[in-house]
Amino acid sequence: MSRGVLATEKRGIRELGAEEFVGWDEVQQGVVLPSFDSTLKENVSHIRPEERDYSDFNSYTATVASWRVIKPVYNRDICIDCQNCWVWCPDTSIISRDKQMIGIDYDHCKGCGVCVEVCPTNPKSLLMFGEAEDSEEALAKWPEKKKKEKK
Amino acid sequence: MAEKMELKEVEVWDGNYAASQALRQAQVDVVAAYPITPSTPIVENYGSYVANGYIDGEFVMVESEHAAMSGCVGAAAAGGRVATATSSQGFALMVEVLYQASGMRLPIVMTVVNRALASPLNVRGDHSDMYLGRDSGWIQIDAFNAQEAYDLTLCAFKIGEDMRVRLPVMVHQDGFLTSHTAQNVHVLQDDEAYKFVGDYKTHDEMLDFTKPVTYGAQTEEDWHFEHKAKQHKALIESREVVEEVFAEFKKLTGREYKRVESYMMDDAEVAIVALGTTVETARVAAAQLREEGIKAGVVAPRCFRPFPFDDIRDVLENTKAIAVLDRSAPMGAMGALFNEVSAALYTTPNRPLVTNFIYGLGGRDFSVEEAKRIFKEQKAHADAGYITTPIQQFSGVRGPKLGFFETKRGN
Repeated sequence: MSRGVLATEKRGIRELGAEEFVGWDEVQQGVVLPSFDSTLKENVSHIRPEERDYSDFNSYTATVASWRVIKPVYNRDICIDCQNCWVWCPDTSIISRDKQMIGIDYDHCKGCGVCVEVCPTNPKSLLMFGEAEDSEEALAKWPEKKKKEKK
Repeated sequence: MAEKMELKEVEVWDGNYAASQALRQAQVDVVAAYPITPSTPIVENYGSYVANGYIDGEFVMVESEHAAMSGCVGAAAAGGRVATATSSQGFALMVEVLYQASGMRLPIVMTVVNRALASPLNVRGDHSDMYLGRDSGWIQIDAFNAQEAYDLTLCAFKIGEDMRVRLPVMVHQDGFLTSHTAQNVHVLQDDEAYKFVGDYKTHDEMLDFTKPVTYGAQTEEDWHFEHKAKQHKALIESREVVEEVFAEFKKLTGREYKRVESYMMDDAEVAIVALGTTVETARVAAAQLREEGIKAGVVAPRCFRPFPFDDIRDVLENTKAIAVLDRSAPMGAMGALFNEVSAALYTTPNRPLVTNFIYGLGGRDFSVEEAKRIFKEQKAHADAGYITTPIQQFSGVRGPKLGFFETKRGN
């Protein structure tokens, strides 16, 4: 299964619910869960996700990929970097750097299709394909530009 | 810096004013509140302290009590000292968020002026709202007069904020009987009071950007139980901290508080167990009966939660007959205080005779005469060696005598 761009050693490495169980004496007081294992020395928004010291409590280290039955495939040749998909994705699974779309985080994408829905290009730069489908094959059969219907 | 208020050594305050002064002296960072009778003056006074520069913190006006407690949860998670006040229907609307606050281990202090729950609508004092909070995971401390409302509100911050506890605390007082009765109150000056309460110490605060945290996580059948177990243990074990704080308060003021208050219990044969202002009424009755040769005593859980299973058993186990008074409609069961006192006494060798009185609902007066009558009835049980009346009786209700269930221990 493809894990998408910028996957790190920690991203999506465990299934939700597959954590190591501990007793009442070891759980976090008040279920207050730290996001990082170390104390941050700078504003976290200035550190790229793949460089952050995410803890096991953070959903960055969990995957939901096994739930997904259809996946968005991204076509760089058509994308205009409008960032619409990045804005709308409910799971921050569109990865963009310096206002340039670079791909999808398949560890956290749930296959909802919102990115495809909001993509304004013609043809779309993102399309949904079956989970098992090879992404290269999907790109090979990308549809042509649709012509405007004459009235 | 907040202005200091010059106070006389003894002020004439009602319970509401006493509670609001304690909140002011604790220098709370955020009060989010939605005023409701009879606790309105706590919020009203606090608002005037803020407006007049006596408080550096924020006063947040909200659209409901649910929002008030939600605001408190947010502010406490952010890392501030937080308090609010409520009563009755407002308390009921807060209930969902009360569980959130305790589950997140946020040491919010809430002064609760006890009032009946509708329907029928009623603004007077009974303990329905206090009982509604008894499984919510808060420490519940009960004040029987204005002095205690002041003292215990100061203690509440110190108890809840202790790193071994980190749980929210309610300080209860009776609607009108305490909240609107002006009494002499011995007070601490602002600096003394603040020094006793101490600076707020944060724990896992959301505004620490070097350690970002998530509050309000979801846990299902694989994690929920462990978290609730840990929380229950913290509440049970807060007993020790309660005692430490009470001891420190005594050192400072000379005023002594215990998890279970007892009056004339050293040789008592019969006892009344009660909460709130009724405790003082029962004490007057007990003192009068002592002159008639009846060895009467009064026991009052100062801490309703954590329930003093240990201390209440120790103080009551050598009595012969006990009346446990519940000022809340039990609706299809025995009164909650009766059940808990009985359960504690069941593990003693003597197992005194215990009966239950439902009384004072909706602010119905409870007199010294009625307390004496109840004591005398206990004396009759003690002399007979078994409970001679229904186990649960209604005291002070009009109409035919109302009682339920007979003992099986009789002869």
